[in-house]
Amino acid sequence: MSSIKIRSKREDGKTQIRTLISHPMETGRNKDPKTNQLIPAHHIQELTMSRNGKVIVNCQMGASISKDPYFAFMLRGGEPGDRIKIEWIDNLGNRDSEEHVLK
Amino acid sequence: MTETRRAFIKKTLSVSAYSIASTLGWLMPLKAMGQWQAENFTPGKLDDSITRLYKGQKIADSKDIELKIPTIAENGAVVPLTVSSRLGDVRAISIFVAKNPVPLAAHFELSPELDAFVSARIKMAETSDVIVVAETGSGLYSARQLVKVTIGGCGG
Repeated sequence: MSSIKIRSKREDGKTQIRTLISHPMETGRNKDPKTNQLIPAHHIQELTMSRNGKVIVNCQMGASISKDPYFAFMLRGGEPGDRIKIEWIDNLGNRDSEEHVLK
Repeated sequence: MTETRRAFIKKTLSVSAYSIASTLGWLMPLKAMGQWQAENFTPGKLDDSITRLYKGQKIADSKDIELKIPTIAENGAVVPLTVSSRLGDVRAISIFVAKNPVPLAAHFELSPELDAFVSARIKMAETSDVIVVAETGSGLYSARQLVKVTIGGCGG
């Protein structure tokens, strides 16, 4: 199952796009209470959102984004059938992507 | 004897898997406008971090940036915020938390198809200012708000 959920909502000619990604977003400063070892940093570095293949948002982030990141954006217009794709890559090279079709 | 050998192999494998994964990550960046730059996300002071990202350009305070964030955050691990702006031609929005070990939380580059609107959830280590910088065609503008944190958010 994809780690990304995408929802969209039409509001007065605009489309709000919300996304929720499941990711630990470890800073590298927390200790594992069981082993007392530092948990290595593991966080998303880049997130891109594209509409019909064209990149419209590029986000670079650090570990100061909360665990299981949530983002919302407001798209001007947005036609039914538009394909919204969100993809992320983290500092360990993991990546995931998900597509959503506007209604 | 066997056990140490096993542990050694395990370690070697995980290390090489990690390095391959990270190399691949660097070699195949997303076809992006901007790329993740480690130097922007190094620990340090807020001012240094802003100067580094915006290369020392002047930033003016603006009342046309609206920063919606609770003034008291009960849980610093999850502080919701929404940034919107009436400024025209906003190309990028960055969020800084003054007293976090790494002040820059996120930097969004927005295409003209999007409104100057971003919503996210950030971590805050302690009570501190949250600063938002909007990059427009005509310069840089910022807004800030103090957020009191009752429980620190270093824990994920």
